[in-house]
Amino acid sequence: MVYLTRKIEFSASHLYHNPAFTAEENLRIFGKCNNPHGHGHNYTLEVTVAGEPDPATGMVLDLKELKEILEREITQRMDHRFLNYEVPELKGQIPTCENIVRVIWNLLEPRIHQGKLHRVRLYETPDLYAECYRNGAKPA
Amino acid sequence: MTEALKIELGRRYRFAASHRLHSERLSAEENARVYGKCNNPFGHGHNYVVEIRVSGNVDPATGMIANLADLDAFVEREVIEPFDHQSLNEDVPAFCERVPTTENVCKEIFQRLKHFPKARLERVRVEETSNNAFEYAGEDI
Repeated sequence: MVYLTRKIEFSASHLYHNPAFTAEENLRIFGKCNNPHGHGHNYTLEVTVAGEPDPATGMVLDLKELKEILEREITQRMDHRFLNYEVPELKGQIPTCENIVRVIWNLLEPRIHQGKLHRVRLYETPDLYAECYRNGAKPA
Repeated sequence: MTEALKIELGRRYRFAASHRLHSERLSAEENARVYGKCNNPFGHGHNYVVEIRVSGNVDPATGMIANLADLDAFVEREVIEPFDHQSLNEDVPAFCERVPTTENVCKEIFQRLKHFPKARLERVRVEETSNNAFEYAGEDI
């Protein structure tokens, strides 16, 4: 098995607010991330696909195709967007790294037909990331 | 029921500390041969980077596996405060008898953090420099 990773970056804004909490609870739980005007990050996304290289092409999947999938599914949907208001897949969810990475997994998995989506890692800052993988397929 | 997808949170921290690699079980010559420059009796230092990974259920109310403020405070108290700007050999009791190689530092940090009450500690990675990294995931892996 070979693991291929492609990286992209996008910039987006968000805020953390749960309408079921009081204003005080929101501030206590989410701190600065509760600022009603939002704030932003430069996100870095690493997408890993696992598979055997095709004997004819030597590729797990065509990187060009992966690049197009990421452009269409992720960059166009999330880059320079306000995640709370402009990404329908996140509606009703707090746009934490944990939730965004799960949305990204669910957007990408059905699009990848050569190899299998193995891992998605989303960095909110260089010091904070969330990672998603199929239970039981623990990444090395 | 087991969730189909597993989500982990990774977080990086930093501390600066000095150490000296020297084993009481080895002769002076052996220490010099095995540890080279790291055996310098006055010690030397590094800017360490600690990357930890935790897993758990994502709370639908907060969108979080664990509140970062809780995680940061726990790591600060258990690791950063006792290690930062210290001599690992002299100031951290665990290394009075154990050589503070980054292998051992990595295991010690895992022991200190595995009791984090709000998520499961999956893995600790310690970068001694940008060229040397060590990872430990506990003994059950």
